[in-house]
Amino acid sequence: VENVRLLDRLSSRKAVLGTLYLTATHVIFVENGSETRKETWVLHSQISSIEKQATTATGCPLLIRCKNFQVIQLIIPQERDCHDIYISLIRLARPVKYEELYCFSFNPKLDKEEREQGWKLVDLSEEYNRMGVPNNYWQICDVNREYGVCDSYPTEVYVPKSVTAHIIVGSSKFRSRRRFPALSYYYKDNNASICRSSQPLSGFSARCLEDEQMLQAIRKANPGSDFIYVVDTRPKLNAMANRAAGKGYENEDNYSNIKFQFIGIENIHVMRNSLQKMLEVCELKSPSMSDFLWGLENSGWLKHIKAIMDAGIFIAKAVAEEGVSVLVHCSDGWDRTAQVCSVASLLLDPYYRSMKGFMVLIEKDWVSFGHKFNHRYGNLDGDPKEISPVIDQFIECVWQLMEQFPCAFEFNERFLIHIQHHVYSCQFGNFLCNNQKERRELKIQERTYSLWDHLWKNRADYLNPLYRSDHSQTQGALHPQIAPCNFLYKFWSGMYNRFEKGLHPRQSVTDYLMAVKEETQQLEEELEILGERLANLQKSQLGDNKVKNKQQDRSKQSGLSTSNNSLANTPQEYSNDLKSFPSRSPSQGDEEDSALILTQDNLKSSDPDLSANSDQESGVEDLSCRSPSGGGCLPSEDSGKDSDEAVFLAG
Amino acid sequence: MLRSSQPLTGPNRKRCREDEALLGTILDEGERGFIIDTRSAQAAKQARMTGGGTEPKSSYPQWRRLHRPMERGRPLQESFIKLVEACNDPSLSMDRWLGRLESSRWLSHVKAALSAACLAAQCMDREESNVLVHGAEGTDTTLLVTALAQLILDPSCRTLAGFQGLLEREWIEAGHPFHVRCARSASSHARLKQEAPIFLLFLDCVWQLSRQFPFSLEFGEHLLLTLFDNAYASAYGTFLCNSEKERSLCKVKESTHSLWAWLNQPEEKQKFLNPLYSHNVLVIWPSVEPQSIQLWQGLFLRWIRPSRHLDEAWEEIQRLVKEN
Repeated sequence: VENVRLLDRLSSRKAVLGTLYLTATHVIFVENGSETRKETWVLHSQISSIEKQATTATGCPLLIRCKNFQVIQLIIPQERDCHDIYISLIRLARPVKYEELYCFSFNPKLDKEEREQGWKLVDLSEEYNRMGVPNNYWQICDVNREYGVCDSYPTEVYVPKSVTAHIIVGSSKFRSRRRFPALSYYYKDNNASICRSSQPLSGFSARCLEDEQMLQAIRKANPGSDFIYVVDTRPKLNAMANRAAGKGYENEDNYSNIKFQFIGIENIHVMRNSLQKMLEVCELKSPSMSDFLWGLENSGWLKHIKAIMDAGIFIAKAVAEEGVSVLVHCSDGWDRTAQVCSVASLLLDPYYRSMKGFMVLIEKDWVSFGHKFNHRYGNLDGDPKEISPVIDQFIECVWQLMEQFPCAFEFNERFLIHIQHHVYSCQFGNFLCNNQKERRELKIQERTYSLWDHLWKNRADYLNPLYRSDHSQTQGALHPQIAPCNFLYKFWSGMYNRFEKGLHPRQSVTDYLMAVKEETQQLEEELEILGERLANLQKSQLGDNKVKNKQQDRSKQSGLSTSNNSLANTPQEYSNDLKSFPSRSPSQGDEEDSALILTQDNLKSSDPDLSANSDQESGVEDLSCRSPSGGGCLPSEDSGKDSDEAVFLAG
Repeated sequence: MLRSSQPLTGPNRKRCREDEALLGTILDEGERGFIIDTRSAQAAKQARMTGGGTEPKSSYPQWRRLHRPMERGRPLQESFIKLVEACNDPSLSMDRWLGRLESSRWLSHVKAALSAACLAAQCMDREESNVLVHGAEGTDTTLLVTALAQLILDPSCRTLAGFQGLLEREWIEAGHPFHVRCARSASSHARLKQEAPIFLLFLDCVWQLSRQFPFSLEFGEHLLLTLFDNAYASAYGTFLCNSEKERSLCKVKESTHSLWAWLNQPEEKQKFLNPLYSHNVLVIWPSVEPQSIQLWQGLFLRWIRPSRHLDEAWEEIQRLVKEN
């Protein structure tokens, strides 16, 4: 469709004219204009909602909201075209079969062996061995090899040495969705462990011998402690309500040597609404500080993030400082349980703070343990009540930790943002379906590619320049403060305002430091080579004064100069009224306005398939493209007869 | 850019030929200038009743007046106190924190200050017009706007030496009454009439700029914290008294040492420099969206949150840059 306008979200007077294309996998907007054919690509899987707004004189507005928080506002000239686009997008954004998803047609031009190797990059059996199991206390168990015991668990899990198949089967019958207690993380320093399960089907008085034996076995697998914690991540009220439905929580009287603890993280519906409210705040036009802060508080979002973090901290402390094993569950053991176990593991084990380790962590606690990616993130059209930003919250917890401990993680913010992006993009097969069983049935590994492989190949873009494996922050456990530190939680504008040019620090410290590091390394290597050459020359041509050492032209290498013109930016709108200064006409375009235009070809981001409009990636040099608008327009002061009217600038 | 105090128009709309002539000489024939008044239009009008006022259009035809109300005086001090109380309240739970932060209104004041300064800068840079800034007395919000505007516009103000010059010029010599403004700070029970943390508000705005433009200021947070400390209590005479006149009467220059002299010693200077600094000749336009304005944790949470990990990060940054 031609002559479509793309509106700038924050500066509604700035619209770009172009052509809109719909393909099988993407919506693409290409700007008109001779030199700058800027393209905006949006994957259908990323589309969360489409809103057709009332037709105005300029055309028919269409608002596309994406799962990665991008918001695209288009004006379609003809109402009929707008309607067609709307209907098409609705269908395209709600696939009914897996085969419709992008990952089945995506072709990164790798051969079959490379694809296979890509999937092998993250190997969970290696990971368990690294942790230190199997050992005297823990054994691998394949009773679920045909998914006969629990269809949302993997084929192989780790259980205490003393546990028999009979106990596992018995316990699974007493757990919601048959998700019996299994090992999530083993802390070899003191044999304490983090185990995970779902809620017991205890109702008000039911008991199960095998389940009780299971918990006993977990306790015995840690000879250093005579009890275990059982952590229910739900609010007490919800857990109690579950009892009426025949489920519930562990009764300390029935299970010997447990200490029971509620942590109180809200459920998926509360979280879904919380995110919704927060995004509404983000969509406010020119909000005041007050609107923003109240809106953020009313959404409750940061409160929930803190709750998840506090739970992870509690568990990490129990394991590392008290040496006590913990069994974690929520209702079904695949949402809050996954969040809390992975946060705790991250705090405890520096391996998970490395890039590879983080991928392993997600593969273990989210992918293998049956987090319902399809239902939660809407790969396929499904029940809207199942949608919830569960992994988004975990990823944000990691970011909050990165802000508090800048040297502790091998990866940077961009790594997290790209992972979140791909949870929804369905470009790779890792986050498809709801569990391992479904993925194997669909032969995902033979028909799609692995995100981990892709990220790993581009890892140079994802490194944190401040990370050093010998640094104090990277050794051992992290100890974040719990209370009082509400203020330490910040609004993640890098994620929720990701695509808004002009909101972020213009210059990326991360990229600058990475470039510095690289240059230092190159120079050191050069120095070494020169040193050797010098030594050789001196040896072979003693006394020959004509020998001249080649002077190295130490001209600045890649991207170190921050004082180049791509730092140029233009003024924002500094008043709520949008009348601009009169003297600047659009034709007097600033050369400063568009320092760097990204097209699909020269996209610097490591992710070529990421929509090309992601120039807001913190890695890309600043390119604030705002027109010199904003100005001093006041509501006309009513001055009555006297001439003391407040003067204002006409638009 | 010029600064002054309010014209004493009064209820009878007095005129002053000399004042009009002075402002007249600034502008060429047909040129326009802007007056940025840091009071609301209503407050400015009310000021007439007590002898003050605004420049009437008829007498100053080439000047356009813009109002950018900014908080000052008691309300600003209250805002500061509320914020510090919120930060120090251990019983404050997460679901109340943002509300308390908001009700102190401190961040709103930061936003307003930055916006006003950007407006002044825009007038000069984009409109190529002269600007006159004043509030009531010309000693508080006026200086905030002119100093910030220069930081935004002028790269030489962003060097360590240039920033010191800016402070001397726009705050000290311009007559900001440090002695009465920076008296007891936030925890004192005495609510002094003249006390107001305008200078701190300025430092907060500078910090916001440094966060948004990490490469463009030659100095870092450490300098801003040092300035904050010294404005309230200092071993040096730089921030003493309320005006040059008082300093002269008290013989400050003869009897005390200068903060700048200490700061500029090579061993001390190192600690204040920003390792990421790279001279940026362009104008730096900050974003004033709420998401871009953050609580200055380094100041407000200075004694509450552990800074070890962040200090280590800065050390690492310095090490990386030095190695190169």
